[in-house]
Amino acid sequence: MSTFERGPDLPPPVTQVGVIGWLRRNLFSSWLYSFLTLLALYLIWIVVPPVINWALLDASWSGTAREDCTSDGACWVFVSVRFNQFMYGFYPEAQQWRVNIIYGTLFLLMTPLFLKAFPWKTALGGFIIFVYPFIAYGLLDGAWFGLEVVETTRWGGLSLTLILAGVGCVAALPLGIILALGRRATDMPAAKSLCVIFIEFWRGVPLITVLFMSSVMLPLFLPEGVQFDKLMRALIGITLFQSAYMAEVIRGGLQAIPKGQYEAADALGLGYWKKTGLIVLPQAMKIVIPGIVNTFIALIKDTTLVLIIGLFELLGMIQNALNDPNWLGYATEGYAFTALTFWIICFSLSRYSMRIERKLHTGH
Amino acid sequence: MSDLPNASNTPGKPAPWNDPKIRALVFQALLIGVVVMFGFYLINNTLHNMEQRGISTGFGFLDNTAGFGVTQSLIEYDETYTYGRTFFVGLLNTLLVAVLGIISATLLGFVMGVARLSRNWLIARIATTYIEIFRNIPLLLQIFFWYFAVGLNLPRPKQSFALGETIFLNNRGLFIPRPITEDGFGLVIGAFVVAIIAVIVIARWAHRRQEATGQPFHTVWASLALLVGLPGLAFLAAGAPLTWEMPELRGFNFRGGLSVLPELFSLTLALAVYTGTFIAETVRAGIQSVSHGQTEAARALGLREAPMLQLIIIPQAMRVIIPPLTSQYLNVVKNSSLAAAIGYPDLVAVFAGTTLNQTGQAVEIIAMTMAVYLTFSLSISMLMNWYNAKMMLRER
Repeated sequence: MSTFERGPDLPPPVTQVGVIGWLRRNLFSSWLYSFLTLLALYLIWIVVPPVINWALLDASWSGTAREDCTSDGACWVFVSVRFNQFMYGFYPEAQQWRVNIIYGTLFLLMTPLFLKAFPWKTALGGFIIFVYPFIAYGLLDGAWFGLEVVETTRWGGLSLTLILAGVGCVAALPLGIILALGRRATDMPAAKSLCVIFIEFWRGVPLITVLFMSSVMLPLFLPEGVQFDKLMRALIGITLFQSAYMAEVIRGGLQAIPKGQYEAADALGLGYWKKTGLIVLPQAMKIVIPGIVNTFIALIKDTTLVLIIGLFELLGMIQNALNDPNWLGYATEGYAFTALTFWIICFSLSRYSMRIERKLHTGH
Repeated sequence: MSDLPNASNTPGKPAPWNDPKIRALVFQALLIGVVVMFGFYLINNTLHNMEQRGISTGFGFLDNTAGFGVTQSLIEYDETYTYGRTFFVGLLNTLLVAVLGIISATLLGFVMGVARLSRNWLIARIATTYIEIFRNIPLLLQIFFWYFAVGLNLPRPKQSFALGETIFLNNRGLFIPRPITEDGFGLVIGAFVVAIIAVIVIARWAHRRQEATGQPFHTVWASLALLVGLPGLAFLAAGAPLTWEMPELRGFNFRGGLSVLPELFSLTLALAVYTGTFIAETVRAGIQSVSHGQTEAARALGLREAPMLQLIIIPQAMRVIIPPLTSQYLNVVKNSSLAAAIGYPDLVAVFAGTTLNQTGQAVEIIAMTMAVYLTFSLSISMLMNWYNAKMMLRER
C-alpha cells in the first residue's frame, strides 16, 4: 500500500517572477510592446548619452574668460562668470547683502509655518503677507532706512523674478477674495456682474497685452505729474491679471463648502461679514491652498514676459548676457541654466502643492 | 428689564438700515457710483494727457499708409497698404500659428497622455519625464531655446538637412513643396464636400439603425473610404490636375516651394511641446476618471476591445477631457502672442508693436488687440457652457 507523499513545492516558473518576469510583464508583454520598448531604448540611446557628454563629461567648468572653454562640451564658464548678475541683476555688488537678508529672513519666517506645533501661524502668515513686503521694499530701495538708494531699474535677475511673482500673488490675494465673494453674491446683481466682467476681461486677454497696456496706457490714465516707474507699472498689470485667476480659484473653494455651513451660520444669527469671515472663508481658503500654489507656479513662469517691456528678470539677464560680443554663441548654456533654475522652483512647488492636496484629502 | 417689547413673536419689519434688501440696493448704488466716477476720472485724465502730447483720438489712422513691410502675410500686403490692413495681416498670422499649434499639441498630448498610462513601463516613464520636464519650464524660455539656440544654429542653406530632395531645413526656415492646382481641381474639392455630406448622412442613418435594431455599422471604415475614394476618383477623372513646385537652392537661399519662417517653426514647436504636456495630463485624467467597473461591465456584456473603447470608454472620458481641453486651446491662442518676443509677425508684434510705435495711438490699438483676444475667449467659453449643459449627466 502506497501512501501519498507530498513532494516539495516547485518554484514558480522563471518567466513569471524575478527580473525576467518583470521584464516580460512590463516591457515585452506582446509583439507591439516589444517593438515599442526597443524603439524607446533606441531613442534613449541617441538622446541621453550625447546630452550627458555635452553637459557634464566634456564640459568646461572653471575659468574666467571665453578662452578657458577649450573642450567640445558645454561652457559653464559663461554661467559662472555672470552668476552674480543672473541672481541680482545690476544691483550694486556692495549692497547685495540687502537682497540676501530679505530672502534669508523670509526663509526663517516661513519655517515655523511648516511646523505643526507652532501656535501663531495666522498672525505670522498675516505679517508675512501684509507687513513684510513693505519692509522688504524699504530695504531693497534703501531710502526709508537711510541706506544707499538703489533705483528699481537696477533690480534684476532671479531676485526680480521672485519679487514680481511674490508681490503679484500677495497683492492679488485680497483682490481675488473680494472678486470671488462678489461673483457669488446672487442677491446683488449689479455688484455680481461687475465682478464677472472684471474677472472675464482679465482672464480673456494674454498677459503680454496687459503688460503692454500697463506700460503704454497707464501713464495716460494718471493725472499729470503722477508717475510710476516701470517696475511699479508691471506690478500693477500683473496684480490685476493675477487677481482674476485667483478669484476663480477661490470661487472654486467657496463652492466646495457644503450648504449646511452657510445655513448653520445663518441659524446662529451671524451677519454676512461674520458668516464669511468666521465660517466660510477659513474653510474655503484651506481647500484652495493647492490651487493658489498652482496659480503661483503659472505666475512664476509668466514673469519671464516682463523682459518684453524692458525689465531684466532672470531670462532678461540671460538675453542681455547673450548679446555681449565676448560671449556670443553660448545661448544653449544660458537657456539650459535658466531652464534648470525655473524647473527646480516650479517642480518643487508643484510637488508641495500635491502633498497638501493629499493631506487635505481626508475623504469624508 | 421687565417690559421687553413683545415683538419677538411676530417679527416686524426691520429698521430700513437693517433691511438686507435695502442695504444691498444702497451698497450696489454706491459701488456703481464709485466705478462710474473712477472711469470718468480715467477718461478725463487720458483725454487731457493726449491733448497735452498732441495725440489725436479716433480710428482715422487706420486708413493711413503703413509704409513698413511684414515678413509673412497670408493676404496680399506691401508697404503701400494701410494700417487697417496690418491689423488683418497680424490677425491671420496669429490664427495660423494658433491652428498649427493646436493641431500639433493635440496630437502630441493625446499620444503622451495615453503613453503615460501604458502598461509598458519604459513608455510610461518616458511620457512622465516629458510631461514633468516641459510643463515646469516657462514657455517664453522654450520659444527662445528653439529659436535662438536651435533654429538659428541650423546649417546654412547649402548644407541644409534634406529629406529626399523635397523637404529642406536650414537656418532660413523649413522649405516644403508647394501644391499647384490646375483646371479641374474644383471637381476634386466638390467631390470632397459631397463626401463629407455623405458621411454625415451615413453616420446618422447608422446611429438610428443601431438604436432601432442593435446592428452596428462600420461607420469609420465607410467614412474613410468615402473621404479618400470620392476625391481620389474625381482626381483621376479630371486627369490629375495637381503638380508640386519643388524648393530649389539658387544662390544663397531656396526659391520656390512653400517656405516656413524659422520664427513660425520655433513658435509652433514650443507651443506644441509646452501645451502638449497639459493636454497629456488632461487626457490621462479623463481616461482615469472612467471607473474600472465600466470596463468590467463592457466585458461582461461580451463587447470586444474596439467596440468597448468606442462605445463605453471614450465617450465617458471625452466628457471629462473636452472642457479643460478647450481652455488649453484658448491658452494656445493667448500664448501665441509671445511671437512678439522673437519677431514672428503676429497681431501683437505687427499691430500692437510696429503700428503702435509708428502711430502712437496706444489706446485705440491696445483696445482693438484686447478685443480680438476677448472675442476668442468669450465665444469659446459660451460654446463650452452650451456643450457642458448638453453633456451634463442626466441623473435619474
